[in-house]
Amino acid sequence: MKRGNSLALNLLALCKSLLRDEGGKGDRIVPPTGFTAQLTLFSAGAMAFLAVFALALALATGRLADHWSSELAGSVTVRVSAPADQQDGMVQSTLQLLRTTPGAGEPRQLPQEELARLLEPWFGPDMPVDALPVPALIDLPITDNDFDAEGLRLRLEAEVPGAVLDDHTEWRRPLVSAAKRLRMLGIVSLILITAASAAMITLSAKAALAANGQVIRVLRLIGARDLTIATAFVRRFTRRSAFGSAIGTVAGVAAVSILPDASAAGGFLTGLGFQGWDWLMPLSIPFVAAAVGFFATRWAALKMLEDVR
Amino acid sequence: MIEMRDVGFGYHGGAELLSGMTLSLQPGMFHFLTGPSGSGKTTLLRLCYADLLPTAGQMTAYGHELRDLSRDDIADLRRRVGVVHQEPQFLDHLPVAENIALPLSIAHEPVDMDALRDLLGWVQLSQHARALPPSLSGGERQRAALARAVILSPDVVLADEPTGNLDWDMSMRLMQLLIELNKSGKTVLVATHDLNLIRATKAQVTARVLRISGGNLQLAGADL
Repeated sequence: MKRGNSLALNLLALCKSLLRDEGGKGDRIVPPTGFTAQLTLFSAGAMAFLAVFALALALATGRLADHWSSELAGSVTVRVSAPADQQDGMVQSTLQLLRTTPGAGEPRQLPQEELARLLEPWFGPDMPVDALPVPALIDLPITDNDFDAEGLRLRLEAEVPGAVLDDHTEWRRPLVSAAKRLRMLGIVSLILITAASAAMITLSAKAALAANGQVIRVLRLIGARDLTIATAFVRRFTRRSAFGSAIGTVAGVAAVSILPDASAAGGFLTGLGFQGWDWLMPLSIPFVAAAVGFFATRWAALKMLEDVR
Repeated sequence: MIEMRDVGFGYHGGAELLSGMTLSLQPGMFHFLTGPSGSGKTTLLRLCYADLLPTAGQMTAYGHELRDLSRDDIADLRRRVGVVHQEPQFLDHLPVAENIALPLSIAHEPVDMDALRDLLGWVQLSQHARALPPSLSGGERQRAALARAVILSPDVVLADEPTGNLDWDMSMRLMQLLIELNKSGKTVLVATHDLNLIRATKAQVTARVLRISGGNLQLAGADL
């Protein structure tokens, strides 16, 4: 017999024994425990359901941040303010200058109808925009990375006084920041859900282990190794966690799938849910739950076995 | 197989309950361990299957110092040393046959159903194979515990007051099984305070009687 670390369970051996088909014998040494079984199933299912929503939030806000960032970063606006009789000339000069700007596409002056639409939320639909001293707006698409907003700003200042460059930074920054914080909220929620699941499964496992103190004692006395005893409990709780979370995941995905779509909800809810390959990501939740069940029960079983000679 | 040299033991670091114990369990021997209640018979047996560790002296099992054994080593030792307790514990949710076969299952050894049936017949529990342990009588529980203790064919069988709760006939029936085990080459150590049982057994098998007195182990003589 050689000396070894009594509590250092071989993780690989534990994984193998989890997957090994023993015809249910391994499980049978642990008495059926209805309450802890239902508790584990319910908590794993509920946490998986919440995890689906947290995942959907994290993914959707990530997309939102990218969308807002790329939409507003894809173009700049040049505002031309001048007395009415000089405005056309200044607009032409500005367009001329913009056409020679490196990294920029074809500039486009926004027509009166489009300006009217932009002002409509503030002035109402019947406002005669022509009667207002509204500056001309020119939309300039950015087509290349060598576009230099600061250089363009200086050129405009020098060559067309009254033309002001707006690269949307002022708008973009808080929007992207808000979206990123929402994404972080979703990720933190996922972490908290995982931690809460681990805590609940650990409590359930500890309750089951405490209730089966005599079983563990008997098993040790007839020559059971820690690995064998721990595996019996770990296998049971891992399977329960996986099964419960699979049910919760299916319910969560179903609930997300019936959320109002972008066109119906609009506004903030636009795009909340899964898109494309995102739908595959919830599939990872039962595996994560199984891993949480595995490690939480393993830890609880090892702690318990420390007190049994 | 199991050797004690000047072994002492005290619970929780207190005064020594056992001291200067020197004992050698050799293959094929039948021992009785006797002494008044509280003298340390159960403690000595627990030392033998590493449920307790000596606080003094040297104790080896199969050539290995008991204090050096890892938890897995202790589990392996217990597969080579079968134990029958005064009040044997079972997994109450499993039938008797599965309880008896449990040491094989946890050792990942295949269960030979014919051998299991023979074992159940030997301890006269064939008709209780599918019963749950709580439904067994005291004698049946002891015989089931004995069957479980020997299913891995251990070298040593330790019995701690196995007849403590049994009537005379049932006690002799159990002792008969232990005698048969000894005759098949197993080393048997039975702790009991029942001198009549020792006398009746000695009439059938050569047995050494050890007495714990004042924390020391003595060879009992004709005063039995």
